[in-house]
Amino acid sequence: MNANLVVELKDLVFRWSAHQPPCLDIESFELRADERVFLRGPSGSGKSTLLGLLGGVLAPERGSIRFLDAELTRLSPRARDRFRADHVGFIFQQFNLIPYLSAVDNVLLPCRFSARRGRLAAARGKSWQGEAVRLMSHLDLETALQNRPAMHLSVGQQQRVAAARALIGQPELVIADEPTSALDAERQAAFLDLLLRECGDAGATLLVVGHDRRLADAFDREVGLPSLNRAGALREAA
Amino acid sequence: MYWLGLAARSAWNRRLTLGLTLAAVALSVALLLGIERVRHDARASFANSVSGTDLVVGARTSPIQLMLYAVFRIGEATNNIRWDAFRAIAGDREVAWAIPLSLGDSHRGYPVLGTTAAYFDHFRYGDQRQLTFAAGAPMRGVFDAVLGSEVADKLGYRLGGRIVLSHGIGGVGLPQHADKPFTVAGILAPTGTPVDRTVHVLLEAIAAIHLDWQGGAPVPGFSVPAQYVSKFDLSPKEITAALIGLKSRAAVFRVQRRINEYAGEPLLAVLPGVALDQLWEVVGMVERTLLAVSAMVVAVGLAGLVAVILAGLNERRRELAILRSVGARPGGIFLLLTIDGLIVTLLGCALGVLLLAALAALARPLAQSRYGLEIHLQLVSLDELRMLGAVVLVGLLASLIPGYRAYRLSLADGLTPRL
Repeated sequence: MNANLVVELKDLVFRWSAHQPPCLDIESFELRADERVFLRGPSGSGKSTLLGLLGGVLAPERGSIRFLDAELTRLSPRARDRFRADHVGFIFQQFNLIPYLSAVDNVLLPCRFSARRGRLAAARGKSWQGEAVRLMSHLDLETALQNRPAMHLSVGQQQRVAAARALIGQPELVIADEPTSALDAERQAAFLDLLLRECGDAGATLLVVGHDRRLADAFDREVGLPSLNRAGALREAA
Repeated sequence: MYWLGLAARSAWNRRLTLGLTLAAVALSVALLLGIERVRHDARASFANSVSGTDLVVGARTSPIQLMLYAVFRIGEATNNIRWDAFRAIAGDREVAWAIPLSLGDSHRGYPVLGTTAAYFDHFRYGDQRQLTFAAGAPMRGVFDAVLGSEVADKLGYRLGGRIVLSHGIGGVGLPQHADKPFTVAGILAPTGTPVDRTVHVLLEAIAAIHLDWQGGAPVPGFSVPAQYVSKFDLSPKEITAALIGLKSRAAVFRVQRRINEYAGEPLLAVLPGVALDQLWEVVGMVERTLLAVSAMVVAVGLAGLVAVILAGLNERRRELAILRSVGARPGGIFLLLTIDGLIVTLLGCALGVLLLAALAALARPLAQSRYGLEIHLQLVSLDELRMLGAVVLVGLLASLIPGYRAYRLSLADGLTPRL
């Protein structure tokens, strides 16, 4: 495998149950290191399924998911959970945070579940706390907000806390699922800029999934999921 | 352990709804333990009603009935013992002391006990405790009476007060021994036993008030004024029962057999401990039912807890997906929700214990002064601890339900719950 590849999907087929047609059928898809990719797909095109596969929450019927030097399809569910914790940061559309934890505690969550990210965070920021504070400051979250319970933050602030959480401990891949759709147009661009900048700083590959074409310009590459997913084409043809 | 802290903070976040279920669990636990404690104390005070007595003797009847009327003053004896028989038993070489008991009269619903001064020397209750006088002294004169603490308290009698006995027990409109009033010579300290409800007089007094009676009614045209009773023979002809103390407890079965085989008349001697156990078997039905009901209440409380956690689960699917995304395993999610229920169960048990302790502390002075009941101020007994353990175990098992449900949900939802 090419050392520059972070993720490589090959002949990937996934279906929810044996009676249903495949919902995902991808011949090949790659993410290179440091790449920023915009994966465009309307809802129902298999986005969530693809995220589940990349996160190791779902296992494909056949095909290969090469992630760094691991073959996800050969790992046990337990090992996949561990792999996800170690190497992937997630940002969702909204309600990204555990409402009863403070912003800092939300950011620290990956360190609790991944020894690797805890170690890297501590190395970079002198302590977990230090790294969380540094990341949040970079993401324009002032100190006063950092100890506030997540439920008392605005949507925009919540998304930035989520970004800090995805980035802490330097995961190789950050996956963002419609991260800006809950924000107004002005903030969308600002948030995306921040996210791109921080992923660049951290050396993380960024995969943003969305349906808004206007966002795509800022990325190295734009991929349309419908064109990638043969199962969707089949379904549309039928 | 991180899951524990997370579950605790999550529970705190839902403190209003969980607080209500917590209160329900705490109350049900307090009820369960309270009933267990009352049961335990009732049994103890039941067993405490007589001690140091080796045999209770009466006319032949069932042991339970004998205990009921001789010790608890409940019901009436069908037959009496002749005085000769009592003398014969008291004279047995292995008998240390014998207290005659003569029942059948009452004072405003409280039983009157005719006995001798030996009663105050030898009668023991509880942990070998002797009767003590709150005021006055044992009766000396024929018309002296010693009141149990409840009698004095409820009816407001003091030393030197005058009381009139009624013929027969129970009911109103009993014929009165109005011509021969008694003087309160002593008042006993509370014991928490039937002694508190008893009016004690001398055996001679029982004979005296019945001098001019026959067949349960005054003899018409014949009356003996109180001041002349000493001119008559007041030695008792019959008594109702007797308490026997032996020189050596080892002789108890031998003496029991001798009494049971007494040739003069059919007698029954019972070991109070054995008879009390038999009696408790009967009473025990009620207490077991109460306990079963309170156990049911705890089950209802825990069912409510599970229902509340399950109902809140749907709103938390997002939260569970976030935890999954940062690396939590489905097993962790299972743990989180199970701990959730367990925390409330444990807190409920702790709160229930404290609640009961507070209630016991509040009720203690009252129970002591009013009923002579000794409430133990311990937090939990070993038996209660076992019960709490059972509650926690059931709570844990019940909490597995939301735990398992969350586990299934988070497996199905993955990172993106379909809400």
